[in-house]
Amino acid sequence: MLRTTLKSLLARKLRLVLSGLAVVLGVMFVSGAFVLTDTLSRSFDSLFSDAYATTDVGVSAKPKIDVAELEGEAVPTPFPAATLDRVRAVPGVAAATGSVTADGAQVIGSNGKVLTSFGPPQIGLNWTGENELVQLRTGRGPTADTEVTINQAVATAAKLSVGDRVAVLTPHRPKQEFTVVGIFGYSGNRDSLGGVQEVAFTERVAQESMVGQTGVYTQISVKAADGVDPAVLRDRVAAALGDDYVVKTGEQLSADAAAGFDEALGFFNNILLGFAGVALFVGVFLILNTFSIIVAQRTRELALLRAIGAGRSQVIGSVLTEAVVIGLIASGLGLAAGIGVGALLAYAFGQFAGGLQLAGIGVPVSAVVSSFVVGLFVTVVAAVLPALRAARIPPVAAMQDVATPDRPLTRITTAGALVAALGGALLALGLSGNAGDNTLWTVLGGVLLTFIGVALLTPMISRPVVSLLGRLFAWSVPGKLGRLNSGRNPRRTAITAAALMVGIALVTGVTVILDSAKSSVTALADDTIQAELVISGAQTGPRIPSFEPSVLERAAEVPGVATVAGVYADQAQIGGKRTWVQATNDVAALREIFKVTPSAGTIDTLGPQQLLVDSDTAAEHGLSVGDTVPVQLSRGDARTYTVTGIYAESDLFGGFVLPVAATADFAQPKPVQAYLKLAPGATVDQVMPQIEALLADSPTVSVANRAEFIEQQTSQFDQLLMMIQILLALAIVIAVLGIVNTLALSVLERTRELGLLRAIGLRRAQTMRMITVEAVVISVFGALLGVLVGTGLGAAVVRALREEGITDLVLPWTDMAVFLGLAAVVGVVAAVLPAIRAARLNVLNAIAHE
Amino acid sequence: MTATVTHGAAIAARASDVWKVYGSGEAQVVALRGVSVEFERARFTAIMGPSGSGKSTLMHCLAGLDSVTRGTIHIGDTTVTGLGDAGLTKLRRDKVGFIFQQFNLLPTLTAQENILLPLSIAGRKPDPEWLATVIDTVGLRDRLNHRPAQLSGGQQQRVACARALASRPEVIFADEPTGNLDSRAGAEVLNFLRRSVAEYRQTIVMVTHDPVAASYADRVVFLADGQIVSELVEPTPDTVLDTMKKLDSLTSEAGQ
Repeated sequence: MLRTTLKSLLARKLRLVLSGLAVVLGVMFVSGAFVLTDTLSRSFDSLFSDAYATTDVGVSAKPKIDVAELEGEAVPTPFPAATLDRVRAVPGVAAATGSVTADGAQVIGSNGKVLTSFGPPQIGLNWTGENELVQLRTGRGPTADTEVTINQAVATAAKLSVGDRVAVLTPHRPKQEFTVVGIFGYSGNRDSLGGVQEVAFTERVAQESMVGQTGVYTQISVKAADGVDPAVLRDRVAAALGDDYVVKTGEQLSADAAAGFDEALGFFNNILLGFAGVALFVGVFLILNTFSIIVAQRTRELALLRAIGAGRSQVIGSVLTEAVVIGLIASGLGLAAGIGVGALLAYAFGQFAGGLQLAGIGVPVSAVVSSFVVGLFVTVVAAVLPALRAARIPPVAAMQDVATPDRPLTRITTAGALVAALGGALLALGLSGNAGDNTLWTVLGGVLLTFIGVALLTPMISRPVVSLLGRLFAWSVPGKLGRLNSGRNPRRTAITAAALMVGIALVTGVTVILDSAKSSVTALADDTIQAELVISGAQTGPRIPSFEPSVLERAAEVPGVATVAGVYADQAQIGGKRTWVQATNDVAALREIFKVTPSAGTIDTLGPQQLLVDSDTAAEHGLSVGDTVPVQLSRGDARTYTVTGIYAESDLFGGFVLPVAATADFAQPKPVQAYLKLAPGATVDQVMPQIEALLADSPTVSVANRAEFIEQQTSQFDQLLMMIQILLALAIVIAVLGIVNTLALSVLERTRELGLLRAIGLRRAQTMRMITVEAVVISVFGALLGVLVGTGLGAAVVRALREEGITDLVLPWTDMAVFLGLAAVVGVVAAVLPAIRAARLNVLNAIAHE
Repeated sequence: MTATVTHGAAIAARASDVWKVYGSGEAQVVALRGVSVEFERARFTAIMGPSGSGKSTLMHCLAGLDSVTRGTIHIGDTTVTGLGDAGLTKLRRDKVGFIFQQFNLLPTLTAQENILLPLSIAGRKPDPEWLATVIDTVGLRDRLNHRPAQLSGGQQQRVACARALASRPEVIFADEPTGNLDSRAGAEVLNFLRRSVAEYRQTIVMVTHDPVAASYADRVVFLADGQIVSELVEPTPDTVLDTMKKLDSLTSEAGQ
């Protein structure tokens, strides 16, 4: 039996290649994700172990606020320089170096552009000399406060060499100019450690610029004396310094840093796997269809096997064995392709992140296991139904030409209606917020069941819709024949179209949601924000671009400017909860600009040690006017503030508002936004150039009018949409393979008909047109279903988010039209090979074809 | 020998010294060896011969479905030999009708649509009077909206006949049209073919190995080993059978 199975497998190579390709692509995504994250993870591991190689024990002050890698930037806490002496006094310490190291030193390149980073920090630090890791390439370390030494990555990116003047932006000082006196690299001839940009100042400049305090360090690196175990030394140093310090061995520090990245990479991995899941789900349709067709075509052969004594289970086994073989081969190929893709993406990531040195590409066990498990599972599950159908073929079918009558669609339609209803119910439950912690899974389950339900309903829907759609092409005889062919096997047409539906529905749904969100936010902002001009910057890394506080005062003096409300932002620990807080120089102006209304107390003034909070947050923290609450900011000690006003929560403005005095303890004591209200009679065109001039020394921000600002703020929706569309494209590619597959099989099945049509005078071009119409009808049908289902899903989500402020339902008509148009193109493309094949058939052989 | 026709009659199809060779070298098979034959207009000609005699090949070559190795084929005043795919397609569409053993109807189309298909493909309007005549002759008026699956074998073959006749082609080629039918349904189809020759002056060339079917023709041409070996005019089943037997002995002698 096995031999028979394998022989029949080989006889149908093309079909198997096509259906196998769907599994290959899906598995490729899975293994690619694992290889990528594994490679990056090991690269970061080795990066951090290098970075901490010269540190036996590291000392830092306990952070004021605990921040995980995914939640923002950890802010180093400065501690008195005298601590260094206490560390040096600990027995077993051979050497200890105090350093001031913080993120946020941005070099302005020789072209005037600020160097940006998409992830790796831009570190400003004090020069502590060369060691095993840090090696000068040219020049020397800075000795005067007007000198800096930069790493090769900065020098290359900013096109700087020794002797050049360079401007540097730092968190605690306005733009400063320095002379480059040296350029350094790292052991192993590296220009940078993982793309990190480093600017080394003298100790005093580093202290003033990076932490805003002199006489402090942010970390101490300890070298143990010979024969002293780092762990032992760590315990001694920790005992000497007390509870305010965090003391760890170099190994621990490296592991901690890497663990933070692993968490982020795991998150990234899950997103990729989610998209792989969509692709594989679509692949199931394709494989199911292929096996159904194969079983239908092999009816005689299978009946013969039954007639000569094969049992039902042997027939089922034969079909499933085929599935296992295909699954194994496709998983293997997918794994291999995924390794390639993962390596390529890791390389691209490394380049993008500024030259992360990749650890060798490895194939983690998880990639191998998941590839084969997923690939086999998907293939075998998709083959189960066709296998059961094969087992029902009666032996007598071998003797007679059984016309396989169209089985009634009642059962499948009933099942579809039930599943779709169940899916709808789950969605309703999830979206109404009644599913508690299981909301995400309830919604996902609902979407999945809805897809399966609609797919089951599709054969029923396909009859009228396909016939209607086909009429668009029925102006010629080939068009009419193509239309009739596409309606010929409702199940096959339906599954092929349903595969396309899934991808299109997801894209449409996401587009509906994001467009609605964007439109709602835009409308709200347009309605709310009362400022004519806004200063802000586009955030590319973890830090929000900021500008000098003095700009606020100078802007207020510009003729035509009525009020200027600057906004500062930081993380804080309030009542045991970590939260974002804002501070402003002019609370009355800010209140007016955001149309904030008071619900208790006063919100027009804000003295030192006073704060405002919105009603929701107040309720959450159990605060009312007059209450006092301790606030711990990124730096400094906790201070107690008094709640003097509570304002009505709005969708654009909320949270704690602190007085400007509090910003001294902010990680970044500079405003990140400013809202300018113009005096009556003043125009934007008059004022804007003058504000632009004020920002000359703050090149990371710019001034925009209200419409531009709103557009900037909402452009992230478009970026997100584009990324999701790119990732979902794979599911659509697989669906296209499905159409090619179905058509190729149809051409094969209808060889004799094609021969007849050619014999009675159908031209080659007409034959191709006939096949193309069939393909276009199927794909447009799938896209139409997808657009409808997607719109429904999107609208349901938008409806559920009404409470969150998404009040507009925007239907992306243009996008929908594009999807339908694209589907038509897809149909034409998918038809190319089958159509050529059909047109090339030898008429005589075709007619004689059994 | 060469089969010729009575002088003065118009020729609907002609093969002149036609050779057909398949394969090359050791595997070479000669299917037709210099066949020359003419088919008169408004006559019903049967081509007979044992299996492998080349009768189907001859028909395929005549109909423009297969190319010849040497020699020429004419349909009416068109030279078939040397036509490209487009020319052959046009020839088949405008000048030739087909009836196959397997009926070969399109399952998606009704009987009427199947009958009109060649005309639709060509973009020609059917002549309603002629169409009515054809449909009445084949006796399908009450079955026009049925699909092939709802028709019996005999009815399907009559639809196929009507399809071939609908465009009034120069010549209809019928390849074992009764091969898949029982004798009663077969007789209906053959009677219908004969009527279309007698009453509507249609030209029909039919390949068959059934002496009874051949006896419906006006003339029978016998092929053996790729050559025309005999012919009968006004055949009866008995004369056809006799000729076949003679041929068998001839070929077996020749084989020794």
